Amino acid sequence: MSELNLWSMLFALMLATFVGFYVIQNVSRLLHTPLMSLTNAISAIAIVASIIVTGEQRTTFATVLGAVAVFASMTNIVSGFLITERMLKMFREKEPRA
Amino acid sequence: MSDFFTHLSYLAAATLFVFSLRWLNRPKTARQGVLAGVVGMVLAVVGTLLNPHIVNFTWIAVALVLGTLVGVPLSRVALTAVPQRTAISHAFGGLAAGLVGTAKYQVWLGEGELTTFRITAIVVEVILGFVTFTGSLMAAGKLQEVIPTRPITYRGQNAVNLSLLGIAVLAGVGVIVDPSQWPLFAVIVGLSLAFGVLLIIPIGGADMPTVISLLNSYAGLSAVAMGFVLENQLLIIAGALDGSSGFILSVIMCRAMNRSFANVLFGAFGQVQAQAAAGEAKPVKSASPQDAADYLVNAQRVVFVPGYGMAVAQAQHRVREIYDELSKRGIDVKFAIHPVAGRMPGHMNVLLAEAEIPYEALVEMDEINPELPQTDVCVVVGANDVVNPAARTDQSSPIYGMPIIDADKARVVLANKRSMNPGFAGIDNALYSADNTLMVFGDAKAALGDIAAALRADREGKAAA
Repeated sequence: MSELNLWSMLFALMLATFVGFYVIQNVSRLLHTPLMSLTNAISAIAIVASIIVTGEQRTTFATVLGAVAVFASMTNIVSGFLITERMLKMFREKEPRA
Repeated sequence: MSDFFTHLSYLAAATLFVFSLRWLNRPKTARQGVLAGVVGMVLAVVGTLLNPHIVNFTWIAVALVLGTLVGVPLSRVALTAVPQRTAISHAFGGLAAGLVGTAKYQVWLGEGELTTFRITAIVVEVILGFVTFTGSLMAAGKLQEVIPTRPITYRGQNAVNLSLLGIAVLAGVGVIVDPSQWPLFAVIVGLSLAFGVLLIIPIGGADMPTVISLLNSYAGLSAVAMGFVLENQLLIIAGALDGSSGFILSVIMCRAMNRSFANVLFGAFGQVQAQAAAGEAKPVKSASPQDAADYLVNAQRVVFVPGYGMAVAQAQHRVREIYDELSKRGIDVKFAIHPVAGRMPGHMNVLLAEAEIPYEALVEMDEINPELPQTDVCVVVGANDVVNPAARTDQSSPIYGMPIIDADKARVVLANKRSMNPGFAGIDNALYSADNTLMVFGDAKAALGDIAAALRADREGKAAA
């Protein structure tokens, strides 16, 4: 790996952490449970790495571990997004009462 | 050329993930945030499948199908079980990181591609990943109550835990110096798995909101480490978003329990233990559901303080019935939400939203406290420590200094509890024996149901007359 690549990764980490802090601090406290399930689903982006490790087929060992990782990440993606949507649907404003 | 589209899809995904979290800042735009997240994820996965290094799709397809089959039922759990589901998904996130790290170690070791940078990143990834995996499984077990929720402690616990972690780190250094020492790598994996279990065992159920947030942060950090291993910026960005979210939530939870962040980082939670709640039981006054209903109809302002007990008893729908009855009479009803009420951040909000209580009625602790002295009736449902006045007044109390909801300042307090047995933490609560407090004994669902029925009978009686 080139040295430049390491530095650009560190920059990405630093900037994303700042963006994360700023954005998350503005999330309504009402929604902290959905926030956690949504970030769960987003961090299951690990599926990208898992797919590469599985699909490269370098060794049987790596392929099997990769496939389990794809399974685990896919579970998080599906359940994370679905349950976040399900919870958010429940938050409603006051209806005008007759 | 296909590389171009892969990178483009990653760039778009990173952008969409930031928007996804940004739109969660208020309920109105929140669902749009979920959509952005889904689109980002689909783009990233499609972009990855275009990667020319991928030669076989069978395993991937099977894993995707199985993941979907498990994921769908996991998203349909009862809302009271959401903390457990969250802990399980942290476990899966940690597992994926640990497995990918191990696989890359084996592949690169065989191909002689293990640079110092790569092996360092792998060691960090594997430790974080496997600690998160078993730690989160333990947390899920405690939340589901298949593992005792009380803290399991023994002498020298912290010393044992820290030495295990220390040995794992030493083994890590050994592997970094000489990557061909795969037995050391196996030691790292084994110790990380053990450390995750031992870290969570001493933690009590009431501290779960902090623990879950912290594990959330670890899961994010393990994704960041994975990004460094695979030199993938998208993983670093998404992992950093998750990591900072978990970090912020942990800080909020710590503040709400008056714990220092260092205290949490070193796994010393649950150390604040019940000091013998000695002393003779003070007399308490009790009220029947009918009495409670009479107090409520004569009030102008009512504040509910929900806690984990409401979730356990599934009493949120009875709370909603009372809310409806009171609102119909023009009585102002609000809900005071303590940050650590329940078993995860925001737990009470979701349960009350499920019961169709409008979110404008859910008020944070700092906003509701100035209103409590002007509140006629405060109804405490399954909350205990978060309304314990000892936190303000009793320096010897384990929870002294913890910010609480000032329920005791309301004119009348109606506190629902199953019995006078000390609660989970075993800390005496002077609120129950206060002059302005009336205890409504019974299971929360049954007792609140009776109050709602009394309110309904009262209204129908007046309508008939």
